[in-house]
Amino acid sequence: MSWLKKLTAGLKKSSDKVSSSLSGISRLFGKGRIDAASIEEIEEALILADLGVSVASEIAEGLRARNWQGEVTPDVLREALAEQLTDILLPVEKPLTFKQAEGENDLHVILLVGVNGSGKTTTAGKLAARFQAQGRHVVMAAADTFRAAAIEQLSGWGARTDTKVISGERGGDAAALAFRAIDEARADKADVLIIDTAGRLQNRAELMEELAKIIRVIKKQIPEAPQDSLIVLDGTVGQNAIAQMKAFQQTADLTGMVITKLDGTAKGGIVVALAREFGLPVHMVGVGESAEDLQDFTARDFAHALVGLNPE
Amino acid sequence: MFDNLKDKLQSVFSTLGKRGALSESDVDNALREVRLALLEADVALPVVKSFIASIRDKAVGATVLKSVRPDQQVIKIVHDGLMEMLGGEASPLKLDVTPPAVILMAGLQGSGKTTTAGKLALHLQQKHKKKVMLASLDLSRPAAREQLRALADQAEAGILPESDTETPVQLTKRAMQAAHLQGFDVLILDTAGRLSIDEAMMAELRDIKAVATPDEILLVADSLTGQDAVTTADAFNNAVGVSGIVLTRLDGDARGGAALSMAQTTGCPVKLVGVGEKLDALEAFDPERMAGRILDMGDVVALVEKAAEAIEEEEAMRMAERMASGKFDMNDFLSQIRQLQKMGGLGGLLGMLPGLGKLQKQIAAAGVDDAMVKRQEAIILSMTKKERVQVGLLNASRRKRIAAGSGTSVQDVNKLVKQYQDMARMMKKMGTKSGAAAMKAMLGGGGGMGGNPMGGGMPSAEQVSQLQQQMQKSGMPGGGGFNPFGKGGGLPGLGGPPRKK
Ligand SMILES: Nc1nc2c(ncn2[C@@H]2O[C@H](COP(=O)(O)OP(=O)(O)OP(=O)(O)O)[C@@H](O)[C@H]2O)c(=O)[nH]1
Ligand SMILES: Nc1nc2c(ncn2[C@@H]2O[C@H](COP(=O)(O)OP(=O)(O)OP(=O)(O)O)[C@@H](O)[C@H]2O)c(=O)[nH]1
Ligand SMILES: [Mg+2]
Ligand SMILES: [Mg+2]
Repeated sequence: MSWLKKLTAGLKKSSDKVSSSLSGISRLFGKGRIDAASIEEIEEALILADLGVSVASEIAEGLRARNWQGEVTPDVLREALAEQLTDILLPVEKPLTFKQAEGENDLHVILLVGVNGSGKTTTAGKLAARFQAQGRHVVMAAADTFRAAAIEQLSGWGARTDTKVISGERGGDAAALAFRAIDEARADKADVLIIDTAGRLQNRAELMEELAKIIRVIKKQIPEAPQDSLIVLDGTVGQNAIAQMKAFQQTADLTGMVITKLDGTAKGGIVVALAREFGLPVHMVGVGESAEDLQDFTARDFAHALVGLNPE
Repeated sequence: MFDNLKDKLQSVFSTLGKRGALSESDVDNALREVRLALLEADVALPVVKSFIASIRDKAVGATVLKSVRPDQQVIKIVHDGLMEMLGGEASPLKLDVTPPAVILMAGLQGSGKTTTAGKLALHLQQKHKKKVMLASLDLSRPAAREQLRALADQAEAGILPESDTETPVQLTKRAMQAAHLQGFDVLILDTAGRLSIDEAMMAELRDIKAVATPDEILLVADSLTGQDAVTTADAFNNAVGVSGIVLTRLDGDARGGAALSMAQTTGCPVKLVGVGEKLDALEAFDPERMAGRILDMGDVVALVEKAAEAIEEEEAMRMAERMASGKFDMNDFLSQIRQLQKMGGLGGLLGMLPGLGKLQKQIAAAGVDDAMVKRQEAIILSMTKKERVQVGLLNASRRKRIAAGSGTSVQDVNKLVKQYQDMARMMKKMGTKSGAAAMKAMLGGGGGMGGNPMGGGMPSAEQVSQLQQQMQKSGMPGGGGFNPFGKGGGLPGLGGPPRKK
C-alpha cells in the first residue's frame, strides 16, 4: 500500500467527520458569501481534528473574510480550506536530509526524544531500515536503560533491519552508553548513529536533566552532534503537544519532528498549530508498525487528507 | 498564556449586580468561557456541547446569592456537573468472583497497557493479598513478552510461559487453564496495542473476550490524548464492552479532558490512574481532583466548598426570613427537602441532634426513608410554577395529573399537600417575633454567637421539644422533608453534618 493510501485511509475517519460537516454547508446566502453557521461548522470540524480552538477559529475566519467569487459550494469551500492549511504547512515540509561532511567527524548522530510511548523506538527501527535501503552504514544505540525490555525491543528492531545495536545494562547510565556508542560507531566507520532514548514527560525536571546530560556527553565527542534532534510525537496527542514542544525544544534543541500513528483515527491536526507556533520541520510521519511504515511528510497531501479531499 | 477560567469568569460577571437571578445572557457569556476551557483541556467537542447544554439549564435562573460571587456560583455549577459526568466517586475493580478473576487490558498502541498490567499485579498482590498471574497475548511488538516478564518478576507475580506457536486465542485458553490449575486468584491478560479501525485486530480482541469471559475489561488510555479519545473509546466499547477506564500519564501536565470524553462516551467510570513509570505509580481515580484539573484550578475544591457553604447558609437565612413573614410555598418546601437530602438523609441528620433520638425511632417506625423524600421531590417537581406558589389551585384533576407525572398516586399527592399545609400553619405560628428570632438562630444565623462552641445557633431543649410536639401532632414524621435545623453552621457544637466528599 502506498503511504498516501495508508495515510488517507487512516485519516479517512477524521476527514469523514470534516467532510460530512462540510457537506452540510448548503445554507449559503447571496453570491460570494458564506453564512455564520457554515463558518462555525468549519471551525468545529477543525477543532475535532485537534487544531485547537484559536487556530481553528482563525482559519475559519480567514475563509469568511476571503473575497469569494461566484457560488461557494461545499467543494469549493473544502478546496479553499485545504489550500489554506497547505499554506500553513508548506514551510515545515522538509524531508530528513543530511550532508556528510567530508573528512573529520563523519558520524551523523540522530537523537530521538519524546514522551512515553510516542513511538521513538519503533521510529528508530524504521529509520534504520530506511538508511540501510539507501546503502548507508547504520548503527543504533539503546540509550533507554530504564524501561523494562526497552533494550530487547530495540535489539528486535536491530535483528529485523539487520542493524547493529549498541547496548548496556538495564539501569545503567544512559549518557555513558551514548558516549560509548559514539566511540563504537566511529570505530565501525558507521555513517549514521541513531540513539533511542527513554520516554519522559516534559514536566519531570530530573528526567529532562538526564536528557540534557546525554546531549552534553554527545557534544563532548562531536560538537555539532546530534545533527538531528528529533521529537517523536504521537498523532493522537491533544493540546499538550505544545507544552511538549516547548520543553523538549529547550532541553534538546530540536531540529525536527516525526508524527506517528497517523494510520489510526486521530487527525494529527495539532501539527497545524505546531507548524505555526514553532515552525520546526516535520520530516516524517508514521503510518503503521512495520519497518516500511515511515514516510516523508507532504504538506499538500496532509492538508487534503485532513479535509477529506483526494490530493490529486 | 491564557487567563484561567476563574479570572475569565470573574471578568464576565464584573458588571453584573449581585441581586436577582443569573440571566440568560450572563450565563451564555460565562459558558462561552467554560466551553473554551474544556476544549483547551482536550475534552472532545461533542462532549463539551452536551455538557454545556446541561449546565446551561441548571445555571439560567439560579438565584444570585448575596455571599457568593456569580462567577463562583457558576464554577460550582460547572464543577458539580463535571463530578457527575465523571461518576461522582471512585469505583473499585470487580474481583469478588470465583477465582480466577480475569482482567483484560486493551487499548491503542503505546497507551500503557503492559506497564499497567504490571502495576495492577503488584497492587493486587501487596494490598489485596491476591495471587496474580500475568499473560502476554502480544505477538506484534518486539520484546512485548520480555517486557511483561520483567514486570512480573518485579511484582513477584506469576507469568504464563511463552510459546511461539500459539495464537492469542490459544494463549488465552492456556492461561485460563494454568491460572485455574495453579490456584491463582487473578489472571491479567495483556494484549497488543491496536487501532480501533483495524478490523482483524478488533476481531481478535472479541475472540479473546469470548474465551476469557473477563470480569473486567479495562481500556487503557493516555491522558495526553486529544479529540480522538471519543472515537477510540466508542469503538473499543462497541467492540468488546469496556467495564472501566485506566488513564495513564497523569503525572504529566496535560489537563486530561480525555477522562471526561471517555467516561461520557462509554458510560464507564475511570477506575484507575497511572501516575508514573514505576510499578507503584497506580492510584484510584479521584473525580474531584480530575474536575479541578480539567478546569485548571488547583484550588477549585476549596473554592467550591466555600461557595457551597455560603449557598447553604444563605438559603437557610432566606428560609428563616420567609417563614418569619409567614410566606412558605411549595418551592420553599422543595428546597427544604433537597437540603435534607444533601445532608445525608433524614436518619443521619436527626441522629446528630440532641434530644431527637426518640423522634428518630418514631420516624423509622413510620417508614420515612430517603426513597420517600425522593418521591416527595418528584411530586413537587411535577407541579407547575403557579401551582407551587398558589397551592390552593390544586384541585382533584390537577392532583391526578401531578400523580401521573411523578409516578406516584393521588394519595401520595394528597399526603404531601397535607404535610405542606401543616408545615405552613406551623410556620405562621412561629412567625411571631420571638419565634422568628429562635428560628433564625436555629437556621444558621446564630448572629455573633458563633464563637461559643456550644452556644450560638444551638436550639434550646424547649424549642426542640416544641417542634417535636408540633411534628407529632401534624403527623409529619420529620416534617416530611422539613428540616428545622438548617445547615450545620447553626449547630457549631456538632461540627456540622457530614459533607459528602
Ligand atoms: N499504528 C501505529 N503504531 C505505531 C506507530 N509507531 C509506533 N507504533 C506503536 O506504538 C507503540 C509504542 O511504540 P514505541 O516505539 O515502543 O514507543 P516509544 O516512544 O519508544 O515508547 P517508550 O520508549 O516506552 O517511551 C508500539 O506498539 C508501536 O508498535 C505508527 O506509526 N502506527
Ligand atoms: N509517566 C508515565 N509513563 C507511563 C505510565 N504508564 C505507562 N507509562 C510509560 O508509557 C510507555 C508505554 O507503556 P507500555 O506499557 O509499554 O504501553 P503499551 O500500551 O503496553 O504499548 P503497546 O503494547 O506497544 O501497545 C512506557 O514508557 C511506560 O513506562 C504513567 O502512568 N506515567
Ligand atoms: Mg522506546
Ligand atoms: Mg504492551
